Parts: sequence; C-alpha cells; structure tokens
Amino acid sequence: MNSEGLTLSIEYLASTGILLSTEQKAALQTSLVMLQNAQKFHEVHFWGKIVGIKESYFIASGIGKGNELQDRKFLYSQDCMKWCMLPILADSRAQMCRSLSGRFIGDPTYEYEYIDVKVVGEGEEAEEETNTVLVKEEDRLAAVIDEIDKEVHIVPRGAYVKTATAKIVTNRSFEGLNNLDCKKLCSYFHFRNTPNTDNIKLLAKATLDQSIDFWSTLNTIAEGCWHFTLKEEVADHPQKSPLARILILPRPLEQKKIR
Amino acid sequence: MPLPDLMDISYYFEQAGVGLGREETFKIFLALKNLVDTHTLQNVRFWGKVFGTVKNYIVAEVEYREGAEDDEVEEEEVEEKVQEEEEEDEKNEEEDLPKTDYKPPPKIPKEENGTGCNKKTYFVCNEPGTEWIKLPPVDPAEIVCARQLKKFFTGDLSAPVISYPPFPGLEMNYLRAQIARISAATHISPIDYFKFEEDDDDDSDGEGRDSYTINVEFEPLPVYELVDPSLNNWVHHMQHILPQGRCQWVNPTLKTENEEFDEDEEEEENEDPDEPQQEEGPPLLTMINQDSDVDGLPAWSAARSSDLIPAYSVAVLKSNTWPGACTFGFDKKFENVYIGFGHKYSSENYSPPPPPPVFEEYLTDLEVTEVLIRL
Repeated sequence: MNSEGLTLSIEYLASTGILLSTEQKAALQTSLVMLQNAQKFHEVHFWGKIVGIKESYFIASGIGKGNELQDRKFLYSQDCMKWCMLPILADSRAQMCRSLSGRFIGDPTYEYEYIDVKVVGEGEEAEEETNTVLVKEEDRLAAVIDEIDKEVHIVPRGAYVKTATAKIVTNRSFEGLNNLDCKKLCSYFHFRNTPNTDNIKLLAKATLDQSIDFWSTLNTIAEGCWHFTLKEEVADHPQKSPLARILILPRPLEQKKIR
Repeated sequence: MPLPDLMDISYYFEQAGVGLGREETFKIFLALKNLVDTHTLQNVRFWGKVFGTVKNYIVAEVEYREGAEDDEVEEEEVEEKVQEEEEEDEKNEEEDLPKTDYKPPPKIPKEENGTGCNKKTYFVCNEPGTEWIKLPPVDPAEIVCARQLKKFFTGDLSAPVISYPPFPGLEMNYLRAQIARISAATHISPIDYFKFEEDDDDDSDGEGRDSYTINVEFEPLPVYELVDPSLNNWVHHMQHILPQGRCQWVNPTLKTENEEFDEDEEEEENEDPDEPQQEEGPPLLTMINQDSDVDGLPAWSAARSSDLIPAYSVAVLKSNTWPGACTFGFDKKFENVYIGFGHKYSSENYSPPPPPPVFEEYLTDLEVTEVLIRL
C-alpha cells in the first residue's frame, strides 16, 4: 500500500480486522516520508505487519526509480519510527529459514536452532550427521516476507504495463476493474518475476495484449485458495466499482484492496 | 441497560490495534440495539467476528433474563416431539433382521441452558443489519469432534461440515462449538473483578463453582501491573471445557433405573473393564499464567498499547493459543473480543486423524487357518 494514501487506504481493510492504531498511523505518516528522503526511494510502500509473541514487526518496501519489481528493498521496524534494512539471503540460507516453524518472537537478534541432518557414507556405513546452525530472526523474517510476497502479492490486470524497453511501470490510465471482471481469477496477476506460465490455448493467446498480460494469472494455484468478497462503498463515489476484497487461503491474513 | 457502549469499547481496542473500523463497529452497535429491542435480554456483548470464505459472521453473546428463554425454547420442543413419533413406526418393521452386538458409546448429555458451556446464548448475523439468528446450544459430542477438525467457515449456517471424523451437525453447530471453545479459553478478567459468592457451603469441594458476582469493592490495578509478564493479574471467568466436552463431568456409564432391570443378566458378563475416570479441569477464576504453553512460549502476550505515553496507555493481552482473541484493560474497564477465523494456533500443518484400524473378522488360530492338503 503506497505510503502516500496509507491512513485512508488502511480504512478499506478495517472490516477484515486489519487495523493500525492511531499512534501507529501517525508514526508511519512521518517516518515513511523521512525514510523515503533519507534512502532516496522513488516510492515507499507499507507492506504489512508480522505479529510476534513479544513485539510486532512493521514491514515497508522502498522502491527505487528503476523497475518496480526488481528494485525493491524491504525494511522492518518495531516501533514504526526506526527502520532497518532486511538482509538479502542466499538460497541455501533461505531454504533453512523456510523450514523453521512456530511464531516469531519479536526480537530480531533471537536465534533459532536449525538442525541439519545429513547422511554421510553409503549403505551400511551410513551415519547421520547433525549440524546445528543458528539462524537469526532477522534472516527468518526476510525469508518469510519473500515467500509470502511471491505467493500472495497480486495486482489487477491492466495496473502495470510493460513498455517497449521491457520496463514494467504503473499504468497511469488504469481506472480499475469493472463489476464483472472483479470476481474473476483471470483478472489478477501475480506480481513476481516469472513469465506467464498459464496453459492458454493458441486462440486465446491471440486476444492477449503483450504489454499487459505478461504475468501469470491466479489460475495457477488450486481452486479454493482465493475467495472474493465485494463490498459496496456507497459513501465515497457511487460510480466507482465496488471494492473487491480478496481473501487468500492458506495465508488468510493477507488481504488486498483492489479498486 | 443491557446494551454496552460499543463505541467506547472499540476506542480502547483501536488503541491496541484490534477492531473492525469505526463505521462497521457503529453498524454493529445499531444491530445490537435491534437485538435488544426484539428480545428480552439481561446482557448483550459483542463477542466478535468470525471470517468465512463467502460471508462472515458477527457474533453477539447474550444472557437472557430469567424465565425469558424458557418461553422461546418451549416452542422448539413441540416440533421435536412430532418427529420422534414418526421414527418409532419404522423400527417395528426391522425386528426380523439379526441384531449386532455392537453398542455405541453412551451419549453424553448436553448441559442445561444457563450452565457450563451453554451459560450464554449466541446470536449471529452475516452483515450488521441482517437478521440475527440464534445458535443452538452446544453438545459435548460437537465439541469433541470440533477439537479434531480444522475447517474454514463458509458463511452459510446450514452448510454441511464435511470432515473426518464426521461432524455431527451443520456449520451452525460447528460455529457454536468453536465459539464455546474460544470463550472458555480466552475470556479473561482482571483479578478480583469477579468473586465467588461466599455462602456456597454445599459445593465446598470446589467442583460445583460455576457462578460468580461482580466484586463491588474492586479496585482497578494500574496498567503496568496488568501488563506484568508473570500474568498473575488476570483470571479466566469462563469454565474450562473438559475432554468430555462439558464443563461439569458426567459419568456416561451410570444407567437410569429402567435400563438396569432389563440388562441385569448382561451386566455380569459385560462389565466395563475401566470405570471412566472423573475428568477434572482447572477451577473457575484460575490465573491465566496457568494456561499451558504454546510451543514453549507463554499462552498470552501482554503489552501496553503505547510506549510513548505510558500514563494513558491501555493494557493489551493477545492470546497465542487462539490468534485473534484480544483483551484490553484500562481502569475499571476491560473487554474481550475475537476477530479471526475460528481456528486454534498450531505450528504444524493440520492433518486429519487417521481412520480407526480395520476390525478383525475372526481370530487367526491354527484351527482356523486353511491348509493346503495335497492328496
């Protein structure tokens, strides 16, 4: 969610239980602007909140002037004021972090024990070698955010376009999806760096627009993972299409507001 | 005044970062007022919101005024009797068939309205403004089964719950069972807010204590004590649910007088090898630090709502066993709410219990095994 309209946009998600307290909203309003200036980001988005046992983490992503998909850096904060950059993990480390389960504690220096069991030797001589690696919560946070983002970050069709130079930019003339398209899985794309992997028949491929349909749609995962609810927001603008609230299972706490 | 000041309560929850937004809360407030106007109620509370895949449930916890609920229940009982008479006619036709020896385990009776798990009644609606539907009282079998399931709600009360072990009821029963479990586990109050009535001498074993009154001399604790990590300033005011599925233990093998005369001969042969042991749970008003740990971490997370202005901050307790359950405490006010999917926390992915082992048809002795004889 873009930091510019954060206090207003977060209201849309209120009926799904996602709420920021007034103090947090006030703190985010100022600190995200300061973050943008200090780190020279083009835009800062508030990604969300991960709740830990003792403390919660607030996550923001700073987007540079380049490709919005590639040039993204994640930052975390515990009090919405002081932001720290999240490390970018190597694949092996990320793999270790993904196998850790349980709640987050809330202390970025807390160390989890990852026990790596390797079978050394062959046949009868096979022995199990256990290797205990200490993984910091900060690393685990980075891995989890990456995983959630890959699975769940979606955008409506037409919101992003690919320019002639293969650069992906926001479509300024995107007016939102209409009533009919809102509830279809195929009108939403995964915001990730993989090409369109849908099994589309050749005839259908001819109707696709190369500048818009370059990502895979939501049809790729099994049905039942995504649920839509439409909520009429009559007070604001009666002409605007209703708000589509998309509920994702198995990560039910991620809600996306699509206008 | 049975209607609570929901906007006031939601203000405190907002400081804790929990809630549904002011507009929706106000609509719920109006819906609760509607509920109070149409039924004779002693107390109404906004219990919380349970999310579903298609629609959500807004749940109100209600206590009827004495005698008022019986009037409503009588109408439902008349309908049930008519159905029972029809079933008896069908049974007479089946007498010629051989009968099995299998006796299903005795059915554990559900608790009376106003006691134990059914102490409070719950009404649900999908959206604030739609009709409030009363949920039926909960059955121990439903709670026992709900403990083994993890299903998302769809938002339709009459939807079947297709699961293993098969759930004995519809989604409204599953919802009611989850509400009962969540209430029993997460409804807490500051210590000494409620106290036991002092003239309970006949139940001095501590077993039968299921009622309490508001302590008039309650002195509110300062926020830093409510947020103390030792968690010894909060107590549960809802009774713990035993593994049996009830709050008060009942011996299922105790037979009524009619049954004993018929089965006298059989009793000598088929005696239960194990007398069921009485199940005990923590008594009412136990401190929350007695709650079992989750993954080695405490069951509750206590924090202040604001570290910048601690003088006016609110004590916030979030449950780690039931994510979504939250309690705030400030001065003399406190309240519990649940906003979530209705599932208990588990660090592992859910996998349904395996089916029971296949029954043996006959004993495989040497006498019974077939042997090939070559002539």
